[in-house]
Amino acid sequence: MSVELCGLHLDHPIVNGSGTFDAIAARRVFGEALDREFPFAAFVSKTITLTSRAGNPPPRLWEAQAGLVNSIGLPNRGLRGYIERDLPELASLPVPLITNVMGSTAEEIAELLGVCDEHEEIAALELNVSCPNVHTGLDIGTDPVQLERVVAAVRPATTKPLIVKLTPNCADVGECARAAEAGGADAVSLINTLRALALDPSARSCAVAAPGASAARAALPRRWLGGGGGGLSGAAVRAIALAQVAAVASSVSIPVVGMGGVQTATHARRLLDVGARLVAVGTESFRDPTVGSQIARGLAAASAP
Amino acid sequence: MSVGKSSSARRAPIPRGEYPKAPFGRRLLTVAGNEVLGAYRVLKAADPKGPEPGAGQFAMLAGAERWGAGEDERPYLPRAFSYTRWRDGEAHFMLEDVGPGTHRLCELREGDGLWLLGPLGQGFASPEYGRRALLVGGGVGIAPLAIWQDTLDAAGAAGANATVLLGFRDRAHAEGAALLGEARLATDDGSVGHHGWVTDLLGEELDRDEDATVYACGPPPMLEAVRAQCAARGIPAQLALEAGMACGFGACFGCVVPARSGYLRVCVDGPVVDALELERV
Repeated sequence: MSVELCGLHLDHPIVNGSGTFDAIAARRVFGEALDREFPFAAFVSKTITLTSRAGNPPPRLWEAQAGLVNSIGLPNRGLRGYIERDLPELASLPVPLITNVMGSTAEEIAELLGVCDEHEEIAALELNVSCPNVHTGLDIGTDPVQLERVVAAVRPATTKPLIVKLTPNCADVGECARAAEAGGADAVSLINTLRALALDPSARSCAVAAPGASAARAALPRRWLGGGGGGLSGAAVRAIALAQVAAVASSVSIPVVGMGGVQTATHARRLLDVGARLVAVGTESFRDPTVGSQIARGLAAASAP
Repeated sequence: MSVGKSSSARRAPIPRGEYPKAPFGRRLLTVAGNEVLGAYRVLKAADPKGPEPGAGQFAMLAGAERWGAGEDERPYLPRAFSYTRWRDGEAHFMLEDVGPGTHRLCELREGDGLWLLGPLGQGFASPEYGRRALLVGGGVGIAPLAIWQDTLDAAGAAGANATVLLGFRDRAHAEGAALLGEARLATDDGSVGHHGWVTDLLGEELDRDEDATVYACGPPPMLEAVRAQCAARGIPAQLALEAGMACGFGACFGCVVPARSGYLRVCVDGPVVDALELERV
């Protein structure tokens, strides 16, 4: 069930969502079996930023209804650390490498793309636009005008295929996808996590206002995640993802990488049916690291004559 | 297996960082038993294809049925448990019913299916030359100390016949001490053993003989007290940490704890860490 995405020839349509699989750690845990039975047709790196990030303080996870709220905070070594230390190891994986990057200005993003462009081990780039613009404070990906301007500004920095990872936390994801296409994106991917919140279960649910304190402030419950808010993924988002992928696929002519709550070949099939070229698996890999290959086999079996 | 000075039965000391790797992918096991042990349960599952785990390693567990159909549609993700014991291809896990995941696992009966991914993580390493092993556990945190005691006794090295100090809330929880050999006990309510904390007993032990390597697992305040006591006396300590985690194999970055070198992932950098790596627990 081979498939082509922006010139990349892949054995099957299943990849990983950025930040949901650490191939380097998995090699330490599972050894050579990881490479022998690599579960994805291409490997998407976690988000790389210009300078290193420690990530958010714990707790970083909250199990929600059939889902997971996370606030990881994009920990990574920074661009230089990635190129020098991670890239050699990722380059030896048996599948093409897609590097995911994020920056808060067009200049930062252009530098990230430009440096990655010099490394032939990187087959394609994915741009995470769920990042606040340093000037406006708004996520770059939520505003179609800003998104098109940023993508157009950074597009010349690389000749590699450029995939824009859209945010679902916007008014009209189809319009954002058209903006990315107009700016020069070769493909779009979605959905990223949906904005979510978890409260500390040990906190009192009906706090009494102290004398003199504003009632609203006194009643503010304690947030569970160290980073404050979080993003929801897992089975709980599947129907939303299907709607957003369908909306985007009918809005653009470039390929779409669909993801969100995929647990089985049937779920992947539905995303392909509404127009996705590839399907990414994320949270389900946490439950079973080999689920990517199982889904790929399931799709192939179902499409066999 | 013989214990003592017979060199033929003696295994090499267990070095740091050389633990069995997990087969890639989770395995469907069959529950062999689920026994009540005071306030706890011991879940036993046949794992004929699994490698023997190193002491201090853990596994991600999920029930094969009704995982994701409880209150609030939880549990959803698998749960991390230290191996408590390994007996001829059978993995034992100590459980306490404290949430939707442990509740479902406590319900499992002989013949039920159990998903297991493991063994995972970095386990305990042998005591430094000339030091005796001193095991300190609190509550359900005694779990990895049982398999470590088995390992030390089988190795017949300096760690054999280790002193064991265990702390519990009350009498029902203190029944968990049966998983280990002879132990000194402390309870919060004074119903069994010393009325107070297990770390009180640790202080007495170290006053008596400081040539020890301490192995500890328990709630964070207990581990912090162990870390501080050992640091003050310059005594090596290996701490088995616990953290909520989604995957167990380094993918989710959810289980981090702050350490001197930055955040550590408990699943791949631990769960057993050298106490010197932590500023505090």
